[in-house]
Amino acid sequence: MASETTRPSFWARVQHISVERLHIRLESLVVLLALSAAMALLSPYFLSLSNFLNILLATSTIGVLAIAATFVIGSGGLDLSLGSVMGLAGVAGAFVAVNLGWPSVLAVIACILAGAIAGYINGQLVTRAFVPAFIVTLGMLGLARGLALVISQGRAIYGLPPEIVYIGQGRPLGIPMPVIILVLTAIVAHAALAYTRFGRHTLALGDSEGAARAAGIRVEHHRRIIYTLSGALAGLAGLLFTARVNAGDPTAGINYELTAITAAIIGGTNLFGGRASILGTMIGALIMGVLQNGLTLLAVQSYYQQMAIGAVLILAVFIDQYQVRKESRV
Amino acid sequence: MTLLSLHGIRKSFGAVDVLHGVDLSVAAGEVVGLVGDNGAGKSTLMKTITGIYRADTGSIEFDGEDILALDPGQRRRLGIEMIYQDLSLAKQQDVASNIFLGREPTKRLFGLLPGFVDKGEMDRQAARMIERLGAHLPSINRSVGSFSGGQQQTVAIARALTFNPKLVIMDEPTAALAVREVQSVLDLIRRLKSEGIAVILISHRLNDVLSVTDRIVVLRHGRADADLVTAKTNMNEVVSRIVGGGDIAAAAAHEQRG
Repeated sequence: MASETTRPSFWARVQHISVERLHIRLESLVVLLALSAAMALLSPYFLSLSNFLNILLATSTIGVLAIAATFVIGSGGLDLSLGSVMGLAGVAGAFVAVNLGWPSVLAVIACILAGAIAGYINGQLVTRAFVPAFIVTLGMLGLARGLALVISQGRAIYGLPPEIVYIGQGRPLGIPMPVIILVLTAIVAHAALAYTRFGRHTLALGDSEGAARAAGIRVEHHRRIIYTLSGALAGLAGLLFTARVNAGDPTAGINYELTAITAAIIGGTNLFGGRASILGTMIGALIMGVLQNGLTLLAVQSYYQQMAIGAVLILAVFIDQYQVRKESRV
Repeated sequence: MTLLSLHGIRKSFGAVDVLHGVDLSVAAGEVVGLVGDNGAGKSTLMKTITGIYRADTGSIEFDGEDILALDPGQRRRLGIEMIYQDLSLAKQQDVASNIFLGREPTKRLFGLLPGFVDKGEMDRQAARMIERLGAHLPSINRSVGSFSGGQQQTVAIARALTFNPKLVIMDEPTAALAVREVQSVLDLIRRLKSEGIAVILISHRLNDVLSVTDRIVVLRHGRADADLVTAKTNMNEVVSRIVGGGDIAAAAAHEQRG
């Protein structure tokens, strides 16, 4: 109680700087370090370079999806179709490369284009047909998954060309390619969200659509771009996954939206829009990666991992809302 | 010189006709009060001027230019600003972000990559504007939602004045303010007038309207029902025009008390 009347504590000031300048919530960094320390104590295999790279590699697909989720949620929207669109994109790319036998470049483009088209349709329906994003993207979750199964006739498409496999399994300088792609994507996305007009308008839109409209921002147009971008990123995630497992799997990415949205939320994205940061989301994605990796090392069944992710999502939103209510009372 | 002129503005939402052919003109540097009962169409009319709503029929000229087809961003660039009753602020963003929303200055990153927002420049100009308004904010780097109502109003006003507007529309700017803050808003309106900036003031507080305006337009049932010169009218006449007959004396007495 006394601290409220005196000047801000050291912790509060450090927190302020991290939020204002770096756009990350310090709590999420603390959780990541604490979780890593706990895993290191529990498993002798956790603290090793190869396991560290394993975690990053396993995080790469989810990380790209979480970036997509950050943009959409930050703009006050929601995209539940991320995992399905990722699966569809992977199948589209594999179909182009294997069944059609077209060059690998076209297969890469097919992955990202398939995702972008699905996202564009989401955006059109949300802004022109006035169907809520929750319903549109839930419908797309079913549509994209079904289409992936139709295209692949329910079976994984094997036999990808080596160039594509390199995107998933190559290790220039010992660093897995998907990790490199994730880091580059995150840097560009962070700059776009935090330092460009596009990013500022995205957050303003999620904060108050009325304010954005009054400021002359073309709200519907902006939303369509965001959903298309989200779909394209899901397409990139599909490419990374397909290349890594060397197969266009129509069941790839099931429940990945759950993990991606959780990563964005524990990274500090406001569930209702207006506040988001890619750096925070990356910390959130690492928390999910460390959690899954640690539970695997501890030989916990993957069914329990799913439960853990769901519980973390609810807990993260609870803590965020608790803090918002506390702040608004002061 | 006529700055803004509206002719025969009609607007309906589905089956509900809100505006039935409104004529209105505002001269440069003129302060016009817009009054009328709830539901008379005041806010709708203002939003057709800023471009949030598009008029069904009629013409809008601003500074000699037909602006009917322009979107809100384009109309803002011509010099039409509005301070909304709900302030229309992005509450989780800081002061400079709100003032410059939609008009952020940009710079090149490392002198190469274009399109990056110049936050330093934004903060400097925002601080200067807040200072010019004689206001004190705890910090311009805090989210606007953490400020008091009066402080948020200051941010909304700063946003409207930063880009040298020719016309400022204020929708109930004093409704939620303390007495001292009301006076500073009225002083601000007088200052804008002295700088040649036109103001349209929407308010239910007729004492405020009578004290700062040059003209008072009464909107009734979606029409500009009366156009009164402030110096030649009084509370009773304004009130009777708003309610349109009936028990005028009682309504006026009520307003005088309030």
